[in-house]
Amino acid sequence: MSTVASPTTPWFLRRPQAKTGLWSWLTTVDHKRIGLLYGYTAFIFFILGGIEALLIRAQLATPDGTVVDADLYNQLFTTHGVTMIFLVVMPMGAAFFNYMIPLMIGARDVAFPRLNALSYWAFLFGGLFLYSSWFMGGAPDGGWFGYAPLTSNPDFLPGAHRLDFYALGLQILGIASIVASANFIVTILNMRAPGMKLLRMPVFIWMSLVVNFLLLFAMPIIAVALFMMTFDRNFSTLFFDSAGGGDPILWQHLFWLFGHPEVYILILPAMGIVSEILPVFSRKPLFGYSFVVLSGAAIGFMGWGVWAHHMFTVGLGPAANAAFAVSTMFIAVPTGVKIFNWMATLAGGSLRFKTPMLFSLGFIAMFIIGGLSGVTHSIVPHDAQQQDTYYIVAHFHYVLFGGAIFGLFGGIYYWFPKIFGRLLDERKGKVHFWLMLIGFNLAFGPMHILGLKGMPRRYYHYQSGLGWELWNMVATIGAFIIALSVLVFIFNFAQSRKKGEVASEDPWDGRTLEWSIPSPPPEYNFKDVPLVEDRDDFWHRKYKEDQKGRPIPVPAGGSEEHSSEDHGDEGHGIHLPSPSFYPLIAALGLPVMAYAVIWNSWPLGIIGAVVALSGFYGWVLEPAAAEH
Amino acid sequence: MNFLKPEGPIAREADRLWDITFFISVVVFFLVEGALVLILIKFREGARRGEPKQVHGHTRFEILWTIIPVLLLVGVAYITVPVIFTQARQPEGALKVEVIGHQWWWEYKYESGVVTANDLHIPTDRPVLLELKSVDVIHSYWIPKLAGKQDVVPGRINHLIIEATEPGTYLGQCAEYCGLSHANMRATAVAHEPADFDTWVQEQLADSANDPLAAEGRELFLNGKFADDQQCVACHAVKGTPAQGIVGPNLTHLGSRERFAGSMFDRTDENLAAWLEDPPARKPGSRMPDLDLTDDQITALVAYLQSLK
Amino acid sequence: MSDTAVVETEHGHEAHQTYTGLDNVKLAMWAFLGSECLFFGALISAHLLYRNRTGDGPTRQEVYDIPYTSVSSFVLLMSSLTMVLALAAIQKGDQRKLRIWLMATAMLGASFIGGQVYEFTTFVQEGLTLQTSPFGSSFFVLTGFHGAHVTIGILMLLSLFAMSKIGRLPPSDANKVEMIGLYWHFVDIVWIVIFTIVYLFP
Repeated sequence: MSTVASPTTPWFLRRPQAKTGLWSWLTTVDHKRIGLLYGYTAFIFFILGGIEALLIRAQLATPDGTVVDADLYNQLFTTHGVTMIFLVVMPMGAAFFNYMIPLMIGARDVAFPRLNALSYWAFLFGGLFLYSSWFMGGAPDGGWFGYAPLTSNPDFLPGAHRLDFYALGLQILGIASIVASANFIVTILNMRAPGMKLLRMPVFIWMSLVVNFLLLFAMPIIAVALFMMTFDRNFSTLFFDSAGGGDPILWQHLFWLFGHPEVYILILPAMGIVSEILPVFSRKPLFGYSFVVLSGAAIGFMGWGVWAHHMFTVGLGPAANAAFAVSTMFIAVPTGVKIFNWMATLAGGSLRFKTPMLFSLGFIAMFIIGGLSGVTHSIVPHDAQQQDTYYIVAHFHYVLFGGAIFGLFGGIYYWFPKIFGRLLDERKGKVHFWLMLIGFNLAFGPMHILGLKGMPRRYYHYQSGLGWELWNMVATIGAFIIALSVLVFIFNFAQSRKKGEVASEDPWDGRTLEWSIPSPPPEYNFKDVPLVEDRDDFWHRKYKEDQKGRPIPVPAGGSEEHSSEDHGDEGHGIHLPSPSFYPLIAALGLPVMAYAVIWNSWPLGIIGAVVALSGFYGWVLEPAAAEH
Repeated sequence: MNFLKPEGPIAREADRLWDITFFISVVVFFLVEGALVLILIKFREGARRGEPKQVHGHTRFEILWTIIPVLLLVGVAYITVPVIFTQARQPEGALKVEVIGHQWWWEYKYESGVVTANDLHIPTDRPVLLELKSVDVIHSYWIPKLAGKQDVVPGRINHLIIEATEPGTYLGQCAEYCGLSHANMRATAVAHEPADFDTWVQEQLADSANDPLAAEGRELFLNGKFADDQQCVACHAVKGTPAQGIVGPNLTHLGSRERFAGSMFDRTDENLAAWLEDPPARKPGSRMPDLDLTDDQITALVAYLQSLK
Repeated sequence: MSDTAVVETEHGHEAHQTYTGLDNVKLAMWAFLGSECLFFGALISAHLLYRNRTGDGPTRQEVYDIPYTSVSSFVLLMSSLTMVLALAAIQKGDQRKLRIWLMATAMLGASFIGGQVYEFTTFVQEGLTLQTSPFGSSFFVLTGFHGAHVTIGILMLLSLFAMSKIGRLPPSDANKVEMIGLYWHFVDIVWIVIFTIVYLFP
């Protein structure tokens, strides 16, 4: 097979060459551009999920709220959960994986650039498909956890196809995740710069590796469960139909066998980001690197053995409950190890409270609360009280908002200058942080109290006189303060993007390879592939240690001696993957097929399959590079 | 609803575990967050001169902060695990009640033959063994002050033991999302002194009093046909009458219950009338349809229903 | 291909040394197959849960025709052998043999699918459908998904055949045959597991 297009190549197999404009974005295979697409898309969904949250809080601000009705409320809390998990935190993590993994391991791209594009387009189309349900008879209203048989039998909920949108939408997003995870695993294992042994990899890369293994193994399980749900709904199979002999609890096992690793899929990227930021702003290496890495891997393993703690009230029997209670308690240990190592990193440092650092510290402070309330869930007899109350809602928002979202915002502030060549404004950044921290604690702190006072989740209204009025109002005020802080961020982003202070290639005095290249990075990332000799290699090029172990600058540190090849000043002769429109076409077939299931239309299904297949055939047949 | 103030031995046992764990958590919280704040103040930039020493780790610390949490958690596990097993044991001499979850109301069947809805009547100081079943989706039965919740799963029979120490009315709610009116699926447990409980059972076993003033309502209830030829008796039962429907709540002693419609409303004439006028408007998704009743019909039916003491 | 660490990346010209020494595509295929293990693992677990929940419908013993399925299993097993021969052919640069063995593999796969279609039809006639019982649901969905995997494999084999025919499958692309071979062997192994657990295991 010829690798370069010749004049005889038919037009549809020539690789697109646009470098700017819409077409260049549609056909891009550059991991940095795909990272940006992931990030922007996830942020738009963050706004949508946030609006849903505000509507929920407006409804619950007072007893017997009338802002929305029961039907709309149930759709809102379901889509809020699905959005924040599948369309915000996961893809925001993927945005960082895309943009940062090659830069931090000294690679010019990911292992499979076109696969990377496919995963983005599948994510986008999956998200749009899910949201299109709002205009086609209502959004999913079975909860993000979609418990059968409520969801597997169309009689039990209003709206004919809401749960089909849920099942098929998540299926498409799952394809995006599996494709991306295989890609990142290969990239991390195979594409590291020479000398970057596994234990020299930045912690963020380690956490990415763990997350992508979790995705690789967790997504097929939810895929099976979603297939069963789709078949039960559309072909009257009996997987979850107790009258026909099926067992609704099977859904819960499959869902949480996916769902608990999913929790770590959501939190570990943020832990990786924090592990990068803290050393830089403490001017000290990460304390106990190997323990932080090891505990991350341990969390990844143990995460598979705790799923039934979501099911303590299902009636699995005391033996199972006791076993899962104990495993749940002990998954707190590696998490604690991480927190203590972060604190030890700070101790003895020279702490610069820039915005990325503030968000990372916020992460630690909030995550401690979420971790401790998590331990209280493992006392099964009392979990039977906490289960499905606002105490749980408070807990997982401390983990996923106080944890994941704070960590991700830290990452945005930290890497923004690398990505855009300008710094985000510090003053507005601090306003954003403090507003968000205060709003967050006002919104979710009181939910602990509400939960302990017996307020159940997923209630579209509640009676007065149960002592819930005050704290609900406080929570609503907190939610709107969070919204305000996000507006500050958007303003800061838009302004700094254009007029922000110009960033040098290394504005924070960083430690990892991405800070050794220009900001923003050239298309080929590294003019010369770096030669890695140490953990925190870039730092060690800049600083040596004196006898007391304090850093002293190396004259002309960070210069370009550490490379294995030479490509001149302009990166001539570096071959980059050519753009392609086939990933987009292949991904486009997926939602078409999903609509075909919903409308029960064979012709549409065949069209979708043909679109997807032609995408894949074009993919295989197009030449590896554009004509010169 | 506040389960930090339990009213029975089972809920109290859970609360005791909570108190211990919560105390440990609070201590850990203040120690760790306090240490964090101290570190942030002490090591802020400019607080000391010179670059920080490049420390890479310390194995003894790592062991220390692995072991200490492990020991704490072993302690928590040590107190928790036995309770998991003791609370799963079915007590002797318990009152058995079958609890059936419907979208969105609770049905109770006593061994004595009493069938009622939404208000669960129990004696004090005697464990009550609830046998939980569902006819449609997963619900979760929960009276916070008397015990933790237990899911009600179609195709399975789960058990929940509750017990009240003092007579009184204890609120409860369905705790597993079960569809449109999940928020309206409430429950009430009414605990009586044992003697009062026996009286209640005897009253319930009797046929409903036939109040002549409500005779017109009774006629409508048993024989009336409303919108689309729908009849009350197609869905509801009243013991001692031909009405034996099983789709909706058994109404035999409605007049003795505190609340109705999944414990959503107090049983007053006004609430009953408003309910009969348009059930789905009062409770979204209600299986009971709007029957297009006239005001006179509603007045008569309310009189009849209130007479079912 | 497997012995050498220098691989053609997707970029074409540049020969990169991969860090593990494993071909990128091969590593990705292994990762994907790992994911597939969990997929079939979940389906098989569900089937084990439901294998005796037959309701009013026929039981396992009533519908299974073990000798028949043994033969079609053997056919599928043989296709792994022909797949190995196809890979050996392209590595030696023998395009004619490559095409023979690719086609043989595809045909053996197609016979297996034909056998499955016949088996399904028989079961339906005997009263076992997707809707009969949880046993029926889980049986058809599990074996159906496996059949879909075989079908996709056949499509890929035929595509390789066509590419060889128009001269676009040079020996330097042997890794393409190897990748699809890996997939094919995996699908075969999954069938062996299914046949053992679903059909034979009492």
